[in-house]
Amino acid sequence: MSAARLSLTHLTIRFGGLAAVDDVSLSVAPGTVHGLIGPNGAGKTTVFNLVSGLLAPSSGTIMLDGKEIEALPSWSRAGLGLARTFQNIRMFAQMTALETVMTGMHLRMKAGPVASILRMGRFRTEESAARDRAYEILDLVGLSQSAQLRSGDLPYGDQRRLEIARALALEPRLLLLDEPAAGMNPSETQQLEDLLGRLKQQGYTILLVEHDMHFVMRLCDEITVLNFGRKIAEGRPEAVRSNPQVIEAYLGTRVAKSLAGGS
Amino acid sequence: MPEFVLPEVIDDFLFTYQNLVYSLGIHGLLALSMYVVLAVGQLSLGQAAFMGLGAYASALLTLKLGWSLPAALAGAMLIPAAAALIIGSPTLRLSGVYLALATIGLGEVQRLAFVNSDFTGGALGLSGIPTKAGLVSIYGSLLVALVLLVLVARSKIGRAMEAMREDELAAGALGINLPAYKLGALVASAMLAGLAGGLNAHVSSFISPNDYGFDAAVTILSFALLGGLGSPFAPILGAVILTLLPEVLRSLANYRGLVSGSIIVIAVMFMPRGLLIWRMGRIGVSSRRPS
Ligand SMILES: Nc1ncnc2c1ncn2[C@@H]1O[C@H](COP(=O)(O)OP(=O)(O)O)[C@@H](O)[C@H]1O
Ligand SMILES: [Mg+2]
Repeated sequence: MSAARLSLTHLTIRFGGLAAVDDVSLSVAPGTVHGLIGPNGAGKTTVFNLVSGLLAPSSGTIMLDGKEIEALPSWSRAGLGLARTFQNIRMFAQMTALETVMTGMHLRMKAGPVASILRMGRFRTEESAARDRAYEILDLVGLSQSAQLRSGDLPYGDQRRLEIARALALEPRLLLLDEPAAGMNPSETQQLEDLLGRLKQQGYTILLVEHDMHFVMRLCDEITVLNFGRKIAEGRPEAVRSNPQVIEAYLGTRVAKSLAGGS
Repeated sequence: MPEFVLPEVIDDFLFTYQNLVYSLGIHGLLALSMYVVLAVGQLSLGQAAFMGLGAYASALLTLKLGWSLPAALAGAMLIPAAAALIIGSPTLRLSGVYLALATIGLGEVQRLAFVNSDFTGGALGLSGIPTKAGLVSIYGSLLVALVLLVLVARSKIGRAMEAMREDELAAGALGINLPAYKLGALVASAMLAGLAGGLNAHVSSFISPNDYGFDAAVTILSFALLGGLGSPFAPILGAVILTLLPEVLRSLANYRGLVSGSIIVIAVMFMPRGLLIWRMGRIGVSSRRPS
């Protein structure tokens, strides 16, 4: 039963009176793409923050490969193979794209402080191996042409892909992607879908938050739906799509939006 | 520490501008000490306090125990390092302004302790400190510190530091141990500031508790904010400008506090990357794609 890559049990976090994540349990099988969907404010990003260690749960457990991680700081979780991207892009703006990816290899580079500072043989070998690997990853996400550009100067869609590249540099056992297609045009979204398809083929395990439903339905093996912090449905994409509660949750927000004067 | 015999022209120049030349080197070290903390995205207002600890430690070690200059300077680095460990360990686990607040506290507590202790000469301070430091010890220290910091900045440690300063959450999520890096930076910065204090005590022969107060902390901060953080050269440039400015414009000398305060405001508002915006490369030309 504990063959799951990630399993959340009764995960809850309250901000004052609001339970942003309320008794959520889910499990992600290795090698699958698992979708986490729900209307705005449903608690998806909060789940990511709990799993990656930016927030501490009020109650419940988080297990990565059967090991409880909810008490560990974010950098230790990264050491166990957890990597993520951010809904609001977080770039190292002054670094080149290449160096941004190399930063993701921080934990893989074993040369000690003295060896790195004095640029001894071991550091140089490791650094050049890291650089070669960083180029491969940039190739994979389609950014090798931009390797020498400042991360902060890249177009929005490229920054999103660079965040994925930086996370891949960690060689993650679980990759959390928070709205990777947000703000992308249709052709960029198509490229992203191809990329995630390739990652899936290579055996990566991904927990994906995304608003583009076609995208989610095509990519995901399993989907969990949140609304107001609670899990309202889960299952295979076809089943989730026709679930009345899910339809109501989405329809509800659309009605609310049109009442508020939105689209 | 032995001093070289200098040619006469330089000797004359030094005689006239000796204090200024010493100050430039010592302020350069202080600017580097500030840089190390800011480089991991933290704010310390304790650099003057660390400097004062170093000054008092080395002065007492030479005056009371007769230690040699190198030994006293080692003490001037280790004692502030211990203080940095003590205040850094609890505060650096939290993010935000805790370090800044704790270091302001350190400065005040320390000033009161020096003022009220006979052992440290009370409010009058310590005098008769042997003037054993000079050009070689000051500029030698500055050079070694600068070379080391350039090497650190170019290494993967420098890359991790830059990542933290640009985006702490993202850096932590990549596995960078934030408290360890922050504590390491604070300890290194305390050692540099302590060294500057030790050297200062041993060129001026007289130190008093009020030399190391909040004003001094703000001046040290303004060195780094004016220069920038793109490379370790930047804060030194800031220190040189802010040390020479009052000399060139004599009328400014009485408004040092006003000048450094204004510099901070201007730097933060209009040039957040400082004067020297050049960012030192890390993987350099070899970063071209291997063919
Ligand atoms: N750090 C926080 N403090 C207080 N409230 C928060 C915090 N983070 C998220 N929330 C609230 O939790 C709810 C869920 O937010 P979020 O997880 O960002 O939703 P989603 O990503 O599904 O759009 C929202 O009501 C949001 O305002
Ligand atoms: Mg969100």
